[in-house]
Amino acid sequence: MRIQLQFEPVIAELDLILHGILLTIGLSAGAIILGSALAILLVGFKSLAGRWAGALVDAYVEIMRNTPFLVQLFMIFFGLPLLGFRMAGTEAALLAMTLNLAAYSTEIIRAGVDSIHKSQTEAGLSLALTRLQVFRYIVLKPAFARVWPALSSQFVLMLLASSICSFISVPELSGAAAIIEQRTFRSFETYIIVTCTYLLLALSLKALLFWLGRKFFPQTSGLARIETKGGARR
Amino acid sequence: MPAVVIENVHKRFGPVEVLKGVSLNVEAGQVAAIIGRSGSGKSTLLRCINGLEVCQSGRIEVAGHVLDQDPRRLRELRKDVGIVFQSYNLFPHLTVGENIMLAPRIAKGLDTADVRILAVDVLAQVGLSEKFDAYPDNLSGGQQQRVAIARSLAMQPKVMLFDEVTSALDPELTGEVLIVMEKLAKAGMTMLLVTHEMSFARNVADTTVFMHQGKIWEAGASSEIFAAPKTIELRSFLSAGTY
Amino acid sequence: MTTFGWPEFLFILRAAGWTLLLTAVAFAIGSLGGGALAIMRLSQSHFLSRAARAYILVIQSIPVLMVLFMSYYGLSLFGIELPAFFAASASLAIYVSAYLAEIWRGSIESVPFQQWEASSSLALTRTQQYRYVIIPQAIRISLPPTVGFLVQLVKNTSIVSVVGFVELSRAGQLVNNATFRPFQVFAAVATIYFLICFPLSRLSRYLEGVMHASRGH
Repeated sequence: MRIQLQFEPVIAELDLILHGILLTIGLSAGAIILGSALAILLVGFKSLAGRWAGALVDAYVEIMRNTPFLVQLFMIFFGLPLLGFRMAGTEAALLAMTLNLAAYSTEIIRAGVDSIHKSQTEAGLSLALTRLQVFRYIVLKPAFARVWPALSSQFVLMLLASSICSFISVPELSGAAAIIEQRTFRSFETYIIVTCTYLLLALSLKALLFWLGRKFFPQTSGLARIETKGGARR
Repeated sequence: MPAVVIENVHKRFGPVEVLKGVSLNVEAGQVAAIIGRSGSGKSTLLRCINGLEVCQSGRIEVAGHVLDQDPRRLRELRKDVGIVFQSYNLFPHLTVGENIMLAPRIAKGLDTADVRILAVDVLAQVGLSEKFDAYPDNLSGGQQQRVAIARSLAMQPKVMLFDEVTSALDPELTGEVLIVMEKLAKAGMTMLLVTHEMSFARNVADTTVFMHQGKIWEAGASSEIFAAPKTIELRSFLSAGTY
Repeated sequence: MTTFGWPEFLFILRAAGWTLLLTAVAFAIGSLGGGALAIMRLSQSHFLSRAARAYILVIQSIPVLMVLFMSYYGLSLFGIELPAFFAASASLAIYVSAYLAEIWRGSIESVPFQQWEASSSLALTRTQQYRYVIIPQAIRISLPPTVGFLVQLVKNTSIVSVVGFVELSRAGQLVNNATFRPFQVFAAVATIYFLICFPLSRLSRYLEGVMHASRGH
């Protein structure tokens, strides 16, 4: 039996693939930046506000981590319009990715913050800093440095999870693949090209994040590194 | 008006009472050494003075501030009361200079240029001018402790607290720290130090306080306390040499 | 347009049963693959180790969705058309095997090297070392992350509808299409997932606590 692979029809749709790549990168970058910012806010909120604030943040994190990203996406895409928000697929995707990544990142960053020894906080408070100032100037950066490997893994996982946004017809890379497959009927060829593209994107992001870690958290400044095992998945 | 007034302070950790009615006055410009066995409550007492520990009853007034729970008043107090810890607690992600400049800049709101001048000055006082841009990790224990002293000095405090600051150091490194502390004492800083360095207490401190089981057992001029201890406990403490 | 009532809820609940079954089968098959890969990864043979490493790296660097499509369309190239459940299980098993291999390899490597020294000093062969000394300890170490991964697996079953299998998420989608009550439908779906995953997450954390306590340092 001879297997006939025809890549030409797929290559003809290159512009769809390129747009898909751009959208995948855009969604991931957006989710990473916004999600991290939200996570820092949530960690700060939990550290500095009372017990109830902490419980609220915990509840949010547990719900996001124990339900599938797809269901969260559906909830946002199908549900929010009923509340009066006009939501295109791409916007819903970005929101869902941001909220999801923020939950995982909160967990990771909080572990980093908790690993900073109490004596650092005491030293800061003794110098008449407010709790917020201690969090911002003394605790946050070393905490980030310690969990950067775990956080980086999480970011790469988010890039891969963006593929799930194809379920609501967002034309990122997987969505583009679905369209191309429908047009050309060359399923295997389409998906092997798209798979290889994801592979390249993931490895590139890994390398970029590693380089950023070296640049912003240099070894010489004496920041200890923590490698957390595993890292959470979607 | 004494710089430090401690009146009948009680402190519990859960069911254990660690300070059982401690009263102590330290005049401005005086150096008071607090000695005693581990568990006698010395460090706890010191940490109560800048509010790191909360006492259940009693009154503490230091540098004109009365100790209470209000965060804003506590911060004002901490601008006038500096503390140096046993484990230095320098901020590892900041250089020596940045460690020193941080609090004056963001807690006191001083101008960056002025703060830098101040930092260079206090660093010179502890003899480490050349380490301004080094990271704490690259310094020896004694150097780190001196930086910690400089960091507190940069806040221009009225009272300085020292919590067993040489206990974590290798013996050959304690000297450089004690020299800095002696300089400070001669310059007229009000100092309370919890210490195991008996000769320092004897020669540099004006008053020595011996704590035992959460109470002040004996207190008085250093020369008298060491030469003629009145209680058995202090006598056995001094002779045992096990601190 | 129907309302979201009992029949719809039961439909979702039945699909949840399929989700659990799918998880179990994928985990079982994936464990076999994962174990084999871990052994390959740790073997003395350069070729086996490198091959396993490459396989694991690739699977971990592509979306699970792509693993699904590649295995489904890869098989169909050879004319093999599996029924939806088996296509889904097989594809997920491939994904599971790579991640479990990494977790288990990590666990084996976490066994202190002193255990290797002690057992080889007692003249045990490499296989005997693995069987009597290393693996038993590695299993204990691997429990928390393995249970944690199980949670990920349950969540990842949500995407197998692309190969035509109706599990919990797809059931939700279908019911929503019929009833247009997304909040109720997906809240129900999310709650069922949560009731499955949350206890497992807690179990994983509990096991981790037990591990740290017993290690004693």
